[in-house]
Amino acid sequence: MKIRSLALAFSLAAVGITSTVTAPAAFAQAKEQFFPVLVYRTGAYAPNGTPWANGYVDYLKYVNAKGGINGVKLSFEECEFGYATDRGVECYERLKGKNGGATVFQPLSTGVTFALTDKAPVDKIPLITAGYGRSESQDGSVFAWNFPLLGTYWVGADVAIQALAKREGGFDNLKGKKIALVYHDSPYGKEPIPLLQERAKMHGFNLTLLPVAHPGVEQKATWLQIRQNRPDYVLLWGWGVMNSTSLKEAQATGFPRDKMYGIWWAGAEPDVKDVAEGAKGYNALALQHSAEPESKIVKDVLETLYAKGQGTGEKADVGSVLYMRGLISAMLGVEGVRKAQERYGKGKVMTGEQTRWGLENLNLDQKTLDAMGFAGVMRPVQTSCLDHMGSSWVRVQSWNGSKWVVNNEWFQADDKLLRGMVLNASRKYGEEKKITPRTPEQCKM
Amino acid sequence: MIYRENGQFKTSYGADQQIFPIAQDRYLVLAIIAFAFIGVPFLADEYYFRAILIPFLILSLAALGVNLLVGYCGQITLGAGAFMAIGAYAAYNFLIRVPHMPLLGALILGGLSAAGMGILFGIPSLRVRGLYLAVATLAAQFFADWAFLRIKWFTNDSSSGSVSVSNLQVFGFPVESPVEKYLFCLALLVVFGLLAKNLTRASIGRQWMAIRDMDVAAEVIGIRPMWAKLSAFAVSSFFVGVAGALWGFVHLGSWEPAAFSVDRSFQLLFMVIIGGMGSIVGSFFGAAFIVILPIFLSQILPALGGLVGVHVSTTVASHMELIIFGALIVFFLIVEPHGLARLWVTAKEKLRLWPFPH
Repeated sequence: MKIRSLALAFSLAAVGITSTVTAPAAFAQAKEQFFPVLVYRTGAYAPNGTPWANGYVDYLKYVNAKGGINGVKLSFEECEFGYATDRGVECYERLKGKNGGATVFQPLSTGVTFALTDKAPVDKIPLITAGYGRSESQDGSVFAWNFPLLGTYWVGADVAIQALAKREGGFDNLKGKKIALVYHDSPYGKEPIPLLQERAKMHGFNLTLLPVAHPGVEQKATWLQIRQNRPDYVLLWGWGVMNSTSLKEAQATGFPRDKMYGIWWAGAEPDVKDVAEGAKGYNALALQHSAEPESKIVKDVLETLYAKGQGTGEKADVGSVLYMRGLISAMLGVEGVRKAQERYGKGKVMTGEQTRWGLENLNLDQKTLDAMGFAGVMRPVQTSCLDHMGSSWVRVQSWNGSKWVVNNEWFQADDKLLRGMVLNASRKYGEEKKITPRTPEQCKM
Repeated sequence: MIYRENGQFKTSYGADQQIFPIAQDRYLVLAIIAFAFIGVPFLADEYYFRAILIPFLILSLAALGVNLLVGYCGQITLGAGAFMAIGAYAAYNFLIRVPHMPLLGALILGGLSAAGMGILFGIPSLRVRGLYLAVATLAAQFFADWAFLRIKWFTNDSSSGSVSVSNLQVFGFPVESPVEKYLFCLALLVVFGLLAKNLTRASIGRQWMAIRDMDVAAEVIGIRPMWAKLSAFAVSSFFVGVAGALWGFVHLGSWEPAAFSVDRSFQLLFMVIIGGMGSIVGSFFGAAFIVILPIFLSQILPALGGLVGVHVSTTVASHMELIIFGALIVFFLIVEPHGLARLWVTAKEKLRLWPFPH
């Protein structure tokens, strides 16, 4: 009897609450530009997901504090998915129609990106995957709704090899060298393999592939192989706890940390902080920016939000690598909307389709970026129908035991090599999905 | 008063042995199915279809399969996720490699491949039982994880290891929009549900239950344990394999082996334990509990907080979700160890007497 009344009370309460909660939402005015935020603040990857989410939300708040996009205020809602693909898809479905429709999705997960790539064209919502996602989605004529802005994994892999060549004194010196790729065994970690294999063929180095199972805390076997093989360099393609584990194992194995190069997702504070001195000398790519606590935009955010107690996260984390990545990701979405407003009407709320046009015609030159407070943080980004990436500038940073030090030498991916691979892969995808690539005329529309 | 079978006389064996001998049950189930087919497509919006109803239907089918093995035949398995993966990848390969392969054909062949692997990984059940068997079936999980991550052929040499399907159609009807996907899954689930119910009522199901209750005694009365156990593994894996193929094709559209990780195996086992072992309807209750409750909690908690004026952050909501979910599992297992299905049976017993309990 007790259980039944309890259950009855619970379900009644639930029904009541659902109706009261959903009712006002339906009346919410559509005058706001809605940014859904897919986050993972819990689970195995939370240490990396949290600063990213804080940066993302902070920038949206910051834009609101500065008066919105030409007067249009932003609204946002977080949805926690714990880096699980199915929950990420659920979050997408939950948020895509809310508050007048989602502007743009940024899932921060390659698995979710793969799942959403088919859905985005149907729902007409662009997908920004700044620094991750499908590498071939750079080809906007096939992947009209994907925007791997700033760089893809192929860019990362290419620059990593270039950096190694530089260190060895030229590509010719890579011949016969042994390079091991320690990667997260998921679409994320596998993305760079085709490019590395291509480069291995070109320069004659030996590539060893060493997968690490999710979440990456068990790497003893992998590092035993490294100990036996004695590769000249290790490329680290990890995420979350996998990175710090790798560094600890490298320390235990005695593999020189300065011969390890991580991708930009393996180059943030949570990856090295616990290892501290043990990770000294470790190199990682910087997707344009590194930790930028001194930049103007960070100071602005601190002043406008944190000084008034409106910040999302801890004050000390503002300006850290992943925080900056979240902030820049949000900025790219906001700038897409701003660009779209130039065409479709200033001060209006943009639909996903209009934002897509804005993102495809994005042109952030150095002057604009500097004026926005991104001086020294970023280099120009210019997208087009054929190039949804917009820029491939990468620097190398190294950990000095307490903080990241950026080497101010800029690398750029080899466009000739990349273009061919991107086109091959995207054409293959287009054939599979029966997508006809857009012609230059269709692009202008 | 309403739920009383007085005056319903059975005049033939057929009437006595039908699935729902009581008229009220029969009409209720028919009404639910009719509502699911006709009413729901008009009532639910896209979110409900894609995020709740479709996953619920597919995982119900998987739970049904696991229940046949665990609940009816008493063989504990932790390899359900692996058989889902085998079903999904096999169906994918049949679809892309065999020209003009129809979707249904691919799904059935995917299920059959899973059944084949089920028999293979069911062989240890002839020697070991209980927890030891659970550990042995775990091998299937690791094998599937390894195979689909490492053997490139299975993923059609996709560089990232992620595969996807699109432009699905059945008999010329597209299965693209959420409503179409929902109806497709529902139709399959109804067919498979009926199949499962009838299997458990037939001689083969009785053999499984005999093995479950006491295998030595079953053997003495002439049941072949090898046949009974392996057939249970095969049928169960077939169901789970079809569910896995649906999960990949219809729900996710593009997937990687992580979609069928060991977590999925545990989830399916929990569905069966919470829903009710050895009960068809229990599989549905269990799937509903595990699929819908976390989503419901993650939405209701911030809203509840908002009502009392507390801002519940995403982190807190997510942690609360796990705490409440865990607590509810413990609660139900203590209050009703035989699962939600038993609660349902008890409720029906009470309803027969209601409102005059004496």
